[in-house]
Amino acid sequence: MYPRLTLTLLPVFLLVLAISGVLLGSLDLQTALSTGPDILTDLRLSRVLVAILAGAGLGLAGAMIQGVVRNPLASPDIIGVTGGSGLAATALLLLFPGVAFGWMIPAAIVGALLTMALMLWLVRNQDLNPARLVLVGVALSAWLGALIDWLLVSHPYQVNAALVWLTGSLWGRGWDHVAVLLPWLLVLFPLALMMALRLDLLALGDEAAEGLGANVLQTRKLALLLSVALAAVSVAVCGAISFVGLISPHLARLLVGGSHHRLIPATAMIGAVLVLLADILARTLAPPIELPAGVLTSLIGAPYFLFLLTRYRGW
Amino acid sequence: MNYLSIENLTVSYGDKVILNELNLQIPKGKITALIGPNGCGKSTLLKTVARILSPKQGQILLQGESLHKQDTRQVARKLALLPQAPITPEGVTIRELVGYGRAPWGSRWGRLSDEDRAIVQHALEQVGLLELADRPATDLSGGQRQRAWIAMILAQKTDLVLLDEPTTWLDIAHQIELLKLMRELNLQGKTIVVVLHDLNQACRYCDELVVLKQGAVQQQGTPEQVLTQKLVEEVFDLCAEIHPDPVAGSPTLVPV
Repeated sequence: MYPRLTLTLLPVFLLVLAISGVLLGSLDLQTALSTGPDILTDLRLSRVLVAILAGAGLGLAGAMIQGVVRNPLASPDIIGVTGGSGLAATALLLLFPGVAFGWMIPAAIVGALLTMALMLWLVRNQDLNPARLVLVGVALSAWLGALIDWLLVSHPYQVNAALVWLTGSLWGRGWDHVAVLLPWLLVLFPLALMMALRLDLLALGDEAAEGLGANVLQTRKLALLLSVALAAVSVAVCGAISFVGLISPHLARLLVGGSHHRLIPATAMIGAVLVLLADILARTLAPPIELPAGVLTSLIGAPYFLFLLTRYRGW
Repeated sequence: MNYLSIENLTVSYGDKVILNELNLQIPKGKITALIGPNGCGKSTLLKTVARILSPKQGQILLQGESLHKQDTRQVARKLALLPQAPITPEGVTIRELVGYGRAPWGSRWGRLSDEDRAIVQHALEQVGLLELADRPATDLSGGQRQRAWIAMILAQKTDLVLLDEPTTWLDIAHQIELLKLMRELNLQGKTIVVVLHDLNQACRYCDELVVLKQGAVQQQGTPEQVLTQKLVEEVFDLCAEIHPDPVAGSPTLVPV
């Protein structure tokens, strides 16, 4: 394990992948260039940037939630954030098909925040006890999932758009979406980095953390809020790309260790790499058909999750 | 002025009162053991001193200042806690773990200064973990882990150290090693308050015993003053004889 080397190599890898993302596509490079530079910059470059930003956001959201819950199996999917934005977005797409696109992002963010509020209210007397947080989250996710299914089944004619969004896809994402994601991440990423020491201390257990001067309850609230915000904007833009929030922190931990100063930037980069890779595969595997990126992350993510379960004995 | 003064302290979990209007003075520069039967409130008392729990009523003064009214980082510069079951995080080296002891002193970002690094180095040396310092903390055995945590507390540089049943998970050799290490810390000028289950170890390795029963202080004093046949019967409901330890001469409990 060479944490520092890894931290310097990751951005290089990400850059290489980003360049391939611009060069590769359903049209080969020459055809793409001959139709004008629009395909490369307007379509592919912006989409690559969206993938990087959304992936980083999802990865960071996972790192924050795992730091709070102190359980490596926690992820934004599990605490119901994804379900909340999913329900809001689905409701908007199906019930108000006319207004849909401009309002998708705000609706998804509001949905995530409302879920969070409901969640905090449900665990209000528990000092944000990690185990309870997860259990309540699982129940909440199941409930939200049922509502989404209900909406889908009762609106069979508009279901397609909603389904694509729910699996998570970068199809049709462009500069508008970069403009939404970038400011959020520019604010949230430094805030996440500032939590590093406190999350390190939280990993030692509540008592030890408090003994070392970390305000446990406040740290939990802040990190949870950050996680929700990060997951919400990413999910709002790209839909529920699953397993990125869960796996990125794990890969990062394997590569750079458990100290959050390294873990947080590494997780952001790995999240970006995963979504970017999934999207490149999604649009090059079987052109002109596009698979949703979320399908690929789940296809690879679920077996990896099972592998983690067999190895992890702490719970 | 008393060093650590617990005044009129009431602590409860929900409706269940654990400590009831408890008063206690802990002397500076000594090792004080909190003993008593299961559920007597000794761990609760220690956790309240460590501000993990908040009192319902009363206050705890360290050198005249209320512990629960200060910023938690400020308190962390004065008192350190070794919890009963601390979690050793994955993917963190022993040096990093011990470095967390500098958290209340350094920047909020957690960057260690050269001075911090020197303090960490010294703490590792004191507990004999220098050679293992760059190995993952999860590689350590139980006894070594406990020493790593002690090193973290050393790096925290506090005058007061609270240990919550530090011997629980250790075999007998490591228990004795830890108790001796505790005495070394004390000889460096630290005041120690420790929750112990083993009365004989408490008598042998501590200066002062505080006996708790049902959330109240039953007795306080040196082991010789406190550990009597009568007390053991009253507090633990156990019939036992007290004999001097053949090696150290401290009182030893022998059940009959």
